[in-house]
Amino acid sequence: MWGRTVWLCLRAPGGRYRGFSSKAHPPGSGRITAEMLQHLERHALVDFGNREAVTRLEKAIAFADRLRAVDTDRVEPLESVLEDRCLYLRSDRVIEGNCAEELLQNSRRVVEEYFVAPPGNIALPKLDE
Amino acid sequence: VSAALKQGQITPTELCQKCLSLIKKTKFLNAYITVSEEMALKQAEESEKRYKKGQSLGDLDGIPIAVKDNFSTSGIETTCASNMLKGYVPPYNATVVQKLLDQGALLMGKTNLDEFAMGSGSTDGAFGPVKNPWSYSKQYREKRQQKPHDEKEDSNWLITGGSSGGSAAAVSAFTCFVALGSDTGGSTRNPAAHCGLVGLKPSYGLVSRHGLIPLVNSMDVPGILTRYVEDAAIVLGMLAGHDPRDSTTVQDPVKPFTLPILTDVSKLCIGIPKEYHLPELSNEVRALWSKAADLFESEGAKVIEVSLPHTSFSIVCYHILCTSEVASNMARFDGLEYGHRCDTDVSTEAMYAATRREGFNDVVRGRILSGNFFLLKENYENYFIKAQKVRRLIANDFVNVFNSGVDVLLTPTTLREAVPYLEFIKEDNSTRSAQDDIFTQAVNLAGLPAVSVPVALSNQGLPIGLQFIGRAFYDQQLLTIAKWFEKKVQFPVIQLQEFMDDYSSVLKNEKLTSVSLKQ
Repeated sequence: MWGRTVWLCLRAPGGRYRGFSSKAHPPGSGRITAEMLQHLERHALVDFGNREAVTRLEKAIAFADRLRAVDTDRVEPLESVLEDRCLYLRSDRVIEGNCAEELLQNSRRVVEEYFVAPPGNIALPKLDE
Repeated sequence: VSAALKQGQITPTELCQKCLSLIKKTKFLNAYITVSEEMALKQAEESEKRYKKGQSLGDLDGIPIAVKDNFSTSGIETTCASNMLKGYVPPYNATVVQKLLDQGALLMGKTNLDEFAMGSGSTDGAFGPVKNPWSYSKQYREKRQQKPHDEKEDSNWLITGGSSGGSAAAVSAFTCFVALGSDTGGSTRNPAAHCGLVGLKPSYGLVSRHGLIPLVNSMDVPGILTRYVEDAAIVLGMLAGHDPRDSTTVQDPVKPFTLPILTDVSKLCIGIPKEYHLPELSNEVRALWSKAADLFESEGAKVIEVSLPHTSFSIVCYHILCTSEVASNMARFDGLEYGHRCDTDVSTEAMYAATRREGFNDVVRGRILSGNFFLLKENYENYFIKAQKVRRLIANDFVNVFNSGVDVLLTPTTLREAVPYLEFIKEDNSTRSAQDDIFTQAVNLAGLPAVSVPVALSNQGLPIGLQFIGRAFYDQQLLTIAKWFEKKVQFPVIQLQEFMDDYSSVLKNEKLTSVSLKQ
């Protein structure tokens, strides 16, 4: 991923980021460390790709920080606007299915009735590899 | 047009062909990603047989419709305007699509959108941006000629708004009578306002989301775009109701949505939320909003100022919840079962990462990463849970206002009229979304029904819409009031002379462009 080469160039000795912290950052939000970026990339399995993406994330976090001004003491989180109703559950009877062939058609790599994936026990390469 | 079909003034095949030819003529609008010509003609044939036997299925039989490309349609490519799903053909129909097809509607095609419905301009899809038909209207062009300019004719076209821009452009350019959109933060109401249409967001839980590729499960609803409020009500009547395949649909029996004709508004109480008086609001929209409030008052309704104290935080709350749910919903795109798959086969993780990098655009990736940040253990409480708490405060604001005797709220839909594309792209997607969704997303947080009704043309000849917000599940009341309002304001029909010539004499004395679904 080319984004990694960008970071390697920007890395100051000691392994800390330079150039991504803005003096305008309000205290408490913290700048995003290389470790955090890597962590997020691994979790999301989506890479940042370029500096703009990191800036975008910083902006998003700064934007989200505005919520600190709201007093939510003793307020319960709202998960669904329909929380005062019972969730409908179907009875546990099979009424449809048997469409394996149709579903397999949408996949790029199939062997008999299996979706084929590459080996799963290899971790994503780390930044300094 | 439905009456015309029943009376034999026009046949479904003729209607279908008119719309198909219009689609071809308006191809430059880029409203459609896929045009299902063969299927539509076949459906038209079957509809014609039914009409001949006098066995029409209802008001929607033989009527051309379009569906936003994030609804699954069996046998028709469904892409969500993303490289990730290019070539993906779902094996099933979304419930709402199936319901419309069961009523005999003719599916013209799948319309363009922002990638995965993320955006407020319909400019960030993999198939290019959608152009607003009003850019080519007589009303807009006449006003522009008053200002001398030497730009090329087409370079300054306007955006449709988003993310259901393709659906809006399709209805606005008369290629269909009804289009389905989706509404998560205003994605149906925003383009409706910019394209001079009625954009309805039903109450959350009223219409099934099965088959709608999800963005934010707790806020998404299928939206309806039409030219008239009555048409939206007819379609809502067909789509509303419990779906065993979507457990977030309520089980209450659904009453029909026939709208009574309101003659007396003196018992109504209209609320004007004071926090919606933003400095960024354009003067014209502000003036129209005020005029609308005065209209209600002059007809005897009670118009009062109300307060939704947490309004300024709703966009932030929406931002956190939206990106978090998106991060979760986009996790299913790993290239294994469907969609794009990269060529690397080194390891599962590398394959997933590369597939997702190739398949998603910057906007989607940005949201996934932000969402994942908010969902990290160390941030969960401070961001995600906090946003959920703020969501409750916002929802309660609305409940309090409605409990104080207000029937509907009247607010602007957008800050101003549609802007030129070149201006729109000066800011990035997230900035624009934060600006443009400002009046519409609080409604999604609270799950309330809302409708954008076109009111008047701006000084530049472009449509401006106003939004009515109703109580949860009071969609019928909301639409009844909207219909009364629509009749009073008499919004003009768009004049697209160049393409309309062969449309004018389809029905005896009425131009097809100004007929409603029932006509």
